[in-house]
Amino acid sequence: MAAYETVIGLEVHAQLRTRSKMFCACGTVFGLPANTQTCPICLGMPGTLPVVNKKAIEMAIQAGLALNCTVNSKNRFARKNYFYPDLPKGYQISQYEAPICENGWVEIVEGNRAKKIRIMRAHLEEDAGKNVHATGTGGSRVDLNRAGTPLLEIVTEPDMRSADEVVAYLKMLRDVLVYLGVCDGNMEEGSLRCEPNLSLRPVGKKEFGTKVEMKNINSFKFVKDAIEYEVKRQTKVLNEGGRIHQETRLWDADRGETAVMRSKEEAHDYRYFPDPDLVPLEISEEWIGELKKTLPKLATEVHKQFINEYGLTDYAAGVLTADKTMAEYFVRATAAAVEAGLPKADGAREIANWATGDLRALLNEKGIGFADCPVKPEQLAGLVIKKHKGEISGPIAKTVLAEMFSAGRSADEIVKAKGLTQVSDEGALTKIIDEVIAKNPQQVVQYRGGKEAVLGFLVGQVIKASGGKANPGKVNELLKRKLAR
Amino acid sequence: MTGIHQLTLADLQKKFTAGEVTARDIVQAYTLRINQVEPKVKAYITQTKDAAMAQADALDEKLKGWRRTMPLTGMPVAIKDNICTEHVPTTCASRILGNFVPPYDATVIARLRGQDYLLLGKTNLDEFAMGSSTENSAFGPSRNPWNISHVPGGSSGGSAAAVAADECVAALGSDTGGSIRQPAALCGVVGLKPTYGRVSRFGLISFASSLDQIGPITKDVTDAAIMLNVIAAHDPLDSTSANLPVSDYTKALKKKDLKKLKIGVPEEFFAAGIDPEVEQAVRAAIGELKNLGGEIKEVSLPTTDYAVAIYYLVATAEASSNLARYDGVKYGLRTKQTKDLLDMYVKTRQEGFGPEVKRRIMLGTYALSAGYYDAYYGKAQAARTMTKNDFDEAFKEVDLIVTPVTPTPAFKLGEKSEDPLQMYLSDIFTISVNLAGLPAISIPCGFSKAGLPIGLQIIGRPFEEETILRAAHAYEQATDWRAKKPNLR
Repeated sequence: MAAYETVIGLEVHAQLRTRSKMFCACGTVFGLPANTQTCPICLGMPGTLPVVNKKAIEMAIQAGLALNCTVNSKNRFARKNYFYPDLPKGYQISQYEAPICENGWVEIVEGNRAKKIRIMRAHLEEDAGKNVHATGTGGSRVDLNRAGTPLLEIVTEPDMRSADEVVAYLKMLRDVLVYLGVCDGNMEEGSLRCEPNLSLRPVGKKEFGTKVEMKNINSFKFVKDAIEYEVKRQTKVLNEGGRIHQETRLWDADRGETAVMRSKEEAHDYRYFPDPDLVPLEISEEWIGELKKTLPKLATEVHKQFINEYGLTDYAAGVLTADKTMAEYFVRATAAAVEAGLPKADGAREIANWATGDLRALLNEKGIGFADCPVKPEQLAGLVIKKHKGEISGPIAKTVLAEMFSAGRSADEIVKAKGLTQVSDEGALTKIIDEVIAKNPQQVVQYRGGKEAVLGFLVGQVIKASGGKANPGKVNELLKRKLAR
Repeated sequence: MTGIHQLTLADLQKKFTAGEVTARDIVQAYTLRINQVEPKVKAYITQTKDAAMAQADALDEKLKGWRRTMPLTGMPVAIKDNICTEHVPTTCASRILGNFVPPYDATVIARLRGQDYLLLGKTNLDEFAMGSSTENSAFGPSRNPWNISHVPGGSSGGSAAAVAADECVAALGSDTGGSIRQPAALCGVVGLKPTYGRVSRFGLISFASSLDQIGPITKDVTDAAIMLNVIAAHDPLDSTSANLPVSDYTKALKKKDLKKLKIGVPEEFFAAGIDPEVEQAVRAAIGELKNLGGEIKEVSLPTTDYAVAIYYLVATAEASSNLARYDGVKYGLRTKQTKDLLDMYVKTRQEGFGPEVKRRIMLGTYALSAGYYDAYYGKAQAARTMTKNDFDEAFKEVDLIVTPVTPTPAFKLGEKSEDPLQMYLSDIFTISVNLAGLPAISIPCGFSKAGLPIGLQIIGRPFEEETILRAAHAYEQATDWRAKKPNLR
């Protein structure tokens, strides 16, 4: 039995987040009633003509720059001809000979090893519609809402060697695109679709084996499953002395296997040729330069910065940079906390905890993002400072945040209005402690008998009796003193 | 007195603006004329006289008291049936679009509508503008008003015949390889193909996108200038439309001579195959241009021989893709009894397209196929660039180039319909102009002994329609070919 090396390349279709379609003014909203987001142009009606969406070009350039690609100054759209009901013109407008971006790379980290995955090309094209095979209607229907939505097809060199590398690449690519704001990265809704091609070769051999393309993969889990299945299948075929056929296979998530969709012999001749309805698109150095300036720092760079400069853990930095607006929120809130006198590392840690914890939970519950957060970054910093100074306790801070979120007021206002300031005054605390001791004679006996763990219970009772306002450190100290007598 | 239907656009417009005739008078006169001659000429696929009458009445009402008109206000126009008209059937003379009613106007139509023009109907053409005689129409051929046993030419044969037979005051056609100029020549009227990009293609049902251009077919050169003034404009809906200033083309007509104009005559256009009567008429016209002050020079366009070959690769390749959308899924014809998707595609297109359209789809599909692309489509594009270079070189020496429009006068119905290659060769003198994207006009320059019109082609530099119109107008004023009218009684 020979040992094989897996060789994988990836084609990813990323839906660009433009407001309108690639060649007409229709919107790009997901999930609308069938064919309500269409016009004569994207329906391919006779005599209509495409006009390029400039925003899509800009997004493609931004993505290309972020993926270390060369942006081609001369661009030509081409027609890819084939018949299918969801393709209204009978051809897809795509790019063939001159893709907008070429020769880039991204760096992935898999295990503890960094590795460059080369990007062969990234080209613009329009999406097709969707055939709907409703049961019981006796026919299929076509929904063209999606037809004409701009896509960036990003093709790698065959540089990946395992399912884990593929997943790492895909996650990295998604992070980059999402962070740039050019794609929402939603695999289930089809905003990010991936088609791996995979071949095996005996370890040590240079020549590639026959490759198989896989389609219909719409989650990270399925990418891994499909690749692992295909590696097993091909290994078995080769070990049994068989040959791999060049073909396209469809991933069936329910059965957990791939099945032949079409063989090489059935492959289309797409008859690509330059689209005569669209003039060649010139991209000037100035335009690229301008877009370079607007390019936000990439997620990967920010991730490193959060660890090195803010002292965050790799995990916290990862969570924060998965969402550009959250990362920006974090930076602003931390700056405000530092300005108010908090040491940077403390401020950053606290803000990160709140942002990725309670605040994110509140936002998720309301279904809004950090950009629309009713608690401004400066207000979160205010809350963190209050807690840090000991003016309010941790549990109170949680309540205050919830209140800030729903009422849109500052921590100061809420703490004052509700009288939530932490009680550290010995006189007031002693009074409550005495009451608690009186109510729990059994625990007092246990403690004095050497069961020190009971102290925690008693502290809790005091804080509870104070309505959460008692300063836990102070209570601890006072209780110990009382019980020692 | 001259009847309303015999007036030129310019004259009719004068009378209408002065209030001497109403829009109702105009539509009534044309209704009468159409009813009288249309059974013989068969220029129209769809007539919209009733809607035009309603429009005319509304227009007369609107103009009461404040008679403000634009050049096409109240003017009865016919439109080639491959140009989309909102709510009016647009069939392309094809069964596959037999029931198609566009929910939008072509940009040119929107511009005409903006001036309150009156649509008399949609004119016949070779299916999808593929042909040179209108015999390829799914609704039967149109006839040449000068002799109804002859073809009017094509593909804008319906528009040219309608203008020649006074069934409209002016018409729009489209020109991919000569489809405006050739029928204009065969019907003895004026046909102008503007520079590629001068007039928006939005709403013109594509045959070959890189060659198609809309233009006017009119009774004289002044009318062509008036029409071009209305339709020429940059259009954000058409990426290939030129964002260049548009002149007032009627101003170009003021100069009555051709002094300081250098006029080139390419000998390649007088090679074997040209009818002696045509050659004689065209040579005489060139003599007249010289009399008018033009300096005649011989020029060379060496790739002329390849024009037809280049054209039938480029145009068919684009057509094979442009016509893919007629698949029975969304609009137009869909065959009823079908087994599955493939069967639906095959039968729909089998029944929907005529033989010439199928022939060209097959040719074009072949030219773009893997393994053949470089040898056919790729080569044709390279040769097309050479054709353009030929003209560029020639236009360094001269301001205009004059040639015949067609090798022969109008041929008989059925004469060439069984021989596609012979039919293709009837466009031999017009095709290279489209390949190079140039403007060109066809104007009457004589008649054959059999009484059939002969046309003169004047070609100009890109976006120099003014120079063409100036020369055409000077020639027209110096001759009286347009005084002769076909006898259709």
